[in-house]
Amino acid sequence: MKSGGLIASTIFGFTRALSHALMSEEIARRRGLLQALDPRVRVIGLFALVLAVTLSRRITVVFALFLVAVMIAVFSGVSIRLLAQRVWLVALVFTGVIALPAIFITPGNVVATFAGGSLRITAQGVATAVLLIARVETAVTFTTLLILCTPWTHVLKALRSFRLPQEVIAMLAMTHRYVFLLVETANQMHESRQSRMVGRLLAAERRRMTARTAGVLLSKSMELSNDVYLAMRSRGFQGDIRILSDFHMKSSDYAGLLLFLCAGGFAAWMGR
Amino acid sequence: MHIPDGYLSPSTCATLYAGAIAGWYAALQRLKRALLSRMVPLISVFAAFAFVVMMFNLPLPGGTTGHAVGVTIAAIVLGPSGAILAISIALAIQALFFGDGGITTLGANCFNMAIVGSLVAYGSYRLIAAGSSIASKRRIVAAAVAGYLAVNAAAFVAAIEFGIQPALFHDASGTPLYAPYPFRVALPAMMIGHLTLAGLAEAVISAGLVAYLQVSDPALLQGTSGIAIGGAGAPASGRAVTSQRRLWLAVGLLMLLTPLGILAAGKAWSEWSPAEFAVAGSQAQAAAAATMPAATIPTGLQRLANLWTAPFPAYAPTFVKSTAFGYLLSAMFGVGFLLSSSLLVQRYLERRRTTRYWG
Repeated sequence: MKSGGLIASTIFGFTRALSHALMSEEIARRRGLLQALDPRVRVIGLFALVLAVTLSRRITVVFALFLVAVMIAVFSGVSIRLLAQRVWLVALVFTGVIALPAIFITPGNVVATFAGGSLRITAQGVATAVLLIARVETAVTFTTLLILCTPWTHVLKALRSFRLPQEVIAMLAMTHRYVFLLVETANQMHESRQSRMVGRLLAAERRRMTARTAGVLLSKSMELSNDVYLAMRSRGFQGDIRILSDFHMKSSDYAGLLLFLCAGGFAAWMGR
Repeated sequence: MHIPDGYLSPSTCATLYAGAIAGWYAALQRLKRALLSRMVPLISVFAAFAFVVMMFNLPLPGGTTGHAVGVTIAAIVLGPSGAILAISIALAIQALFFGDGGITTLGANCFNMAIVGSLVAYGSYRLIAAGSSIASKRRIVAAAVAGYLAVNAAAFVAAIEFGIQPALFHDASGTPLYAPYPFRVALPAMMIGHLTLAGLAEAVISAGLVAYLQVSDPALLQGTSGIAIGGAGAPASGRAVTSQRRLWLAVGLLMLLTPLGILAAGKAWSEWSPAEFAVAGSQAQAAAAATMPAATIPTGLQRLANLWTAPFPAYAPTFVKSTAFGYLLSAMFGVGFLLSSSLLVQRYLERRRTTRYWG
């Protein structure tokens, strides 16, 4: 890969992360089924459905859960096209590449042979590959729906109400905040480097350049951590972390929670 | 290496969550004892740094590219506890915010990359860089080797997790229910990519970062260097003295408890002596556990059994009548022998180092 292409691909990764975050904020503000529910219900409910997908041993149950995911997406204002492009296609390619050889190498009842009998497709191989792909697609759809329909701050508050240590919640919140600052900084460093490049660099020089960039970013991160700590101290921080939780469950939230748990429990029972 | 949902069975996920929770708890407790208020922003920003470093595409020999995990530099700068938390936080953000890696498999991903990766990186870096100065080139080599080993150790653990799935979780027709490949496929499939690309990327970025820090910010390498601030002859800190005292107390307590061994009935598996092959109970035990007939003494065992006679056979010196006292005496002898050997090796290494510096 050319050095320009390498930097461009890295910048593309940074830009994708930023656009992903902006898109999530925009979808989370829409009116819809998931958005109307308390964030704690969304977190518990969608986690329960992911767990049901993992527990299910029957392909029909996994497909039924996939349909449930599609319906939730439609009623929550999440574009099916967006899901297909950004989630299903990526998961299909990634898991498909991993699952494909299983069709041929899993021992079992031979259903078709190719290349003079050296390549054999088994029923068990097809079943395991389809089950793996369906399970990954369904689980990743539920997770994506949670991410797209819930602002990150609400996810954190929901996690806080599940008695996770306050230090962990604080670190998750701060990391999320500074990821974007550091992504932006790294983006600017790469762009300024690219704007000054003429010709090609050798691979060894490109490796050194990447390590130096990472080193400068590390120094900036450490300075940032010092600044953040001093700012926290100036506001009176003495090690105790308190996070406000202003969520209030309504009767519709309790009904939603019950529905999610019943659906998850029923699917797990049917798929056992 | 980010395992998505659906690849591992619920019981595997639960087991690895339990392992990860134990690691997180231990790391949090260690940091709380240090200075958590200072560590919260430091770990958060470092987690963000690790997240961004994972996006850096690195050109590798062969015309391909790879990306680092950042676990090695985290272990070198923050130590193992800080690295476990920082990388776990980065992985949690990736799973919960970007959908990279599953939610049910978050425990497995943290166990593999954050816990196993951090511990291997820290241990190998400290081992290779031991005794070297902050500016030493050995530290760069140590960081590279630590990065390579850490990523491959994490991949190896992940391969084991994948490999056990078809053997343990399949339906009546033999269809694997989760990751479908047995060890003979999962192990090479995972390791080839990590031994050639991912491990190399982590090695290059870790070595490059340590080389950069040696020049621009050597204080960041001080924390895990093993070199006391103020020179090698500086007095040990109060905390180190306290922990050493605790260690001595624990060793003493364990020595006092050694006679408990005489309460255990039977013989430890595979520790039979030739004489015990003639005893009916041992025969049954050996026959149940092994495929060979237990009634006859294996010829190799018979031949080699008398090659070495222990000074304290069966933890009971011949001149001591009481079994419990024999156990205690054996424990004292064993601990004393190990300590004096360790002191001798340490003295020898120190003398070599002094000779190298002065002459």
